[in-house]
Amino acid sequence: MRYLPLSSDDRAKMLKKIGVQDINELFDDVPRHALLKGFLDLPLHMTEMEVEQNFSAFAAKNIAAGSVPFFVGAGAYHHHVPSTVDYQIQRGEFLTAYTPYQPEISQGTLQTLYEFQTQVAQITGMDVANASMYDGSTACGEAALMARRVTKKKKVILSGNLHPQYIEVVKSATKYTDDNIIVNDPMVETTEDLINQIDDDTSCVIVQYPDFFGNIQDYSALAEALHNRKKLLVVVTTEIVALGAIKSPGEIGADIVVGEGQSIGNGLCYGGPYAGLFATRQKYVRQLPGRLCGETTDAEGKRGYVLTLSTREQHIRREKATSNICTNAGLCTLAFTIHMTLLGEKGYRQLAKINHAGAVKLRDKLATINGITVLNSTFFNEFTVRLNKDAAEVVEALVEHDVIAGLPISRLYPKNKELKNDLLIAVTETTSEDDMDILVEELKEVLK
Amino acid sequence: MMNNQGRPTNTSSVKNVSNIYETFTGSQGLSQAEGLIYEIGDTERTGVDFKEVNDFKSALGGMERTNEIGLAGLTEPEVMRHYTRLSRKNFAIDLGLYPLGSCTMKHNPRLNEKMARLSGLGDIHPLQPISTTQGALDLIDTLAHWLKTMTGMPAVAMSPKAGAHGELCGLMTIRAALEAKGDARSIVLAPESAHGTNPATASLCGYRVKPIPATEDGRVDLEAMKEALGPDVAAIMVTNPNTCGLFEREIIEIADAVHAVGGYFYCDGANFNAIVGKVRPGDLGVDAMHINLHKTFSTPHGGGGPGAGPVVLSEALAPFAPMPYVIAGEENFELIEHDPTGKSFGRMTAFHGQMGMFIRALSYMMSHGADGLAKVAEDSVLNANYVLASLKDIMSASFEGPCMHEALFDDRFLKDTGISTLDFAKAMIDEGYHPMTMYFPLVVHGAMLIEPTESESKQSVDQFIGMMRHLVEKAKAGEIERFTGAPHFAPLKRLDETGAARNPVLRWRANEGEE
Amino acid sequence: MTIYYSEDHEWINVEGSVGTVGITEYAQNALGDIVFVEVPEVGDEFAKGDEVSVVESVKAASEIYSPVTGEITAVNEDLEENAALVNSSPDGDGWFFKVTVSNKDELEELMDAGDYKTFIAGLE
Repeated sequence: MRYLPLSSDDRAKMLKKIGVQDINELFDDVPRHALLKGFLDLPLHMTEMEVEQNFSAFAAKNIAAGSVPFFVGAGAYHHHVPSTVDYQIQRGEFLTAYTPYQPEISQGTLQTLYEFQTQVAQITGMDVANASMYDGSTACGEAALMARRVTKKKKVILSGNLHPQYIEVVKSATKYTDDNIIVNDPMVETTEDLINQIDDDTSCVIVQYPDFFGNIQDYSALAEALHNRKKLLVVVTTEIVALGAIKSPGEIGADIVVGEGQSIGNGLCYGGPYAGLFATRQKYVRQLPGRLCGETTDAEGKRGYVLTLSTREQHIRREKATSNICTNAGLCTLAFTIHMTLLGEKGYRQLAKINHAGAVKLRDKLATINGITVLNSTFFNEFTVRLNKDAAEVVEALVEHDVIAGLPISRLYPKNKELKNDLLIAVTETTSEDDMDILVEELKEVLK
Repeated sequence: MMNNQGRPTNTSSVKNVSNIYETFTGSQGLSQAEGLIYEIGDTERTGVDFKEVNDFKSALGGMERTNEIGLAGLTEPEVMRHYTRLSRKNFAIDLGLYPLGSCTMKHNPRLNEKMARLSGLGDIHPLQPISTTQGALDLIDTLAHWLKTMTGMPAVAMSPKAGAHGELCGLMTIRAALEAKGDARSIVLAPESAHGTNPATASLCGYRVKPIPATEDGRVDLEAMKEALGPDVAAIMVTNPNTCGLFEREIIEIADAVHAVGGYFYCDGANFNAIVGKVRPGDLGVDAMHINLHKTFSTPHGGGGPGAGPVVLSEALAPFAPMPYVIAGEENFELIEHDPTGKSFGRMTAFHGQMGMFIRALSYMMSHGADGLAKVAEDSVLNANYVLASLKDIMSASFEGPCMHEALFDDRFLKDTGISTLDFAKAMIDEGYHPMTMYFPLVVHGAMLIEPTESESKQSVDQFIGMMRHLVEKAKAGEIERFTGAPHFAPLKRLDETGAARNPVLRWRANEGEE
Repeated sequence: MTIYYSEDHEWINVEGSVGTVGITEYAQNALGDIVFVEVPEVGDEFAKGDEVSVVESVKAASEIYSPVTGEITAVNEDLEENAALVNSSPDGDGWFFKVTVSNKDELEELMDAGDYKTFIAGLE
């Protein structure tokens, strides 16, 4: 077997050294009746070619995002990733290293994390960022728990325009912590409404920016109202490219910023693995969940990096830890950092501009079609349209013509009948003008 | 004697000059110094070409970002060199035996990487129409089948994103099941040797942890556990094989006892590598267990993630599992994203879990097959016991063997040498190895937990053993500087962790150098 | 002025109705390099045995429990910038907080210097 180096001869010699006759003697502590007599009821080992054939067959039953006009976003975006990124993250020194517990032989990972933390702090407009969370949604749950630690209050107000699956994750993450989670209805709330909901028990308000439906709102007034009462504003950004075009959450007064970093450096991969971004203000640094990398010096005075402030973490604080998180999204953050370094300030802003320009162009094209109403007045690269028909049915009809038109809101809001004709449409730099024209023609046809 | 190009070709003129002068660059040959991107690059440089955009009317609603972000950019050749240089400052499995106990650092086949990048797998969107992702659902269902078969459990929740996330999922499922009976309870039992994630997880589920002591032979004290049991105990969390590298031989008694008081048996599956294909946790009375795909099934650790932690569940717990799940219908696969029964406790994450890790893990499983998986367990246990047998005369083994896939030693053999477990570990770095897990588990003093894994050859393990014996001899011979000054040959010497924690510098700033 | 010691290795130096609280030489030595101390706020009230404060070294964190029932009247703000004071002067500049001693009987449950010395000798 190609992955197992021991030969039968080796095994015999080693058993002899150990002083047993048979390998099963080493499994003596296993209850006799439970030790399997034969192999599991699963296929026997396969050659590389056979494995590849199996996976090619799986792949052939899917439609790849890049192979057709494709307009789905809603928290995961089809962007182009430069080839350098994938080469670097497959270097064995990065790919096959563990968490950097031995800093003297992990400076590659540690310095990259330090660069990552700096990049995330810069784009979110915050003081500090951690070394990543599992993804944006779990980071959002952690933000709710952190706001409680900071404010010692238990009520979390969730905007109705927050990604509905993020809402579900926050509710689950706090299900047994006796927090009180208030969730607003989708698409109707105003900033005023949120301000009016703040009371003494409130720990934070969580909003999305741009929001789930694509709108860009200025939350400065909300931030001020919260800060006046010593509450926190948590801002969630699921399309991190947007922050190359719009004001940073820090500028509008966020105290905790949560982001999904997938758009930079990471493929769609059916929902994971992604990279959760988590940033905050300096004064809350000891309440951060997850790993942190910090600068220090070695015994000879040379600059180096270590994991630090680990007393917040589960392996030391155990039940009093800020979070039970252990693993982060190491390799995904590396991809993020390399892609962001390739972009630089200039490329990041240009990428954002191209995304926005494309969305504006498609909006203009769609606005002329009978049977479509564009619901957004503001947006970055994603907006919602209301059709004159059930959006899920329209999307399925277009699949037949090899067009993936967007996300019918009803998939995530099956009970909200008022949203059943609404379609969320995303555009990225990978969307060509031809793609847009095909979508327009197909929609014209089906909405006739 | 000169050759005909006038260049000396032997080494007789070379003196030993290492470490006697500083180089201009700070590099030492192939060990190259490398600054931060912020010191090398600037905000004008970029490594990506984009088309220009024609003028258009913005729809940002007056929220344009006008200030400079400060992101440093580099051109492509510079990026390539920067990260390649950094990569060479890392130890990795590809470079050598990585005996980090409880972490299962085994070979990462590149076939798995290739499969995860196939078009149609790596580039599909989690929310594109379900009719266009039938292959993805088939793959998830197939992996679920393998996991259920290997564990002998009837159900699996696939979405948890790491081991600790899986633990949380498992314990929340247990709580939801207890609440459905109107009896949430308040206590979770966990052995003293448990991973730190266990108490942290229990606390997130609103449970208080009561620690259970270990017996002299490193296992759960069954009598003490029985005494701690009562109608208020929701579950016991036991790692098996445990963190001392031992199989809990009274596991069935443990399961029976907790079931007798109406509690559940949560098994931390971090060490599943030792028993895969040999014994099924479902046959041991386990109700829920997470499986670290990044340990047993070799998805790469990537410098700290991403992981994946599916949780296998008993029949009684399955209805309370989180969304989403896949159902194989007569013709198609269905993806259930909204709970039709109202029993599910909710959702662990947006979308459907770590698909990229599912692909790699399934590729690994198919490559091994039922026959190879049993060999994985056997060879990992064999390698660990071989290490134990070859070192126990000279180091202090904490428990009599046999061990499972990892061997635990403590620092008794270093008594009176003036050398600590940490010093010993750092000296291993000079020998070209990553140190073993140290100071964990907490139940022995100065713990050294060695997990060679099955992907090491006998030559490799023999060299490791020879190296360890050599270091022990040097330690006992009083060569203290070899240890207390170690590592001598790493890119950096020991780092000041106290300074880092007292004055945390967590990001680069433009004016940092001027302080 | 009398100094009392708890089994959690805290000392309380009582002057009149106010006690100054810190951790002992033995405790600072066991914790190693101390990097952070989280002190309570003036005006907070605690019962004897309540968790008041947290002290962190690089590799460990310990809760500090109030040795008496009372109200916090002062905290050592120098520790915020310089937690190392706890290592260099655990029974002096490294004090944590001052608390009112509302029930003098509670002091009787603590140890004096001699008893504490015997107590830590028994821990070795």
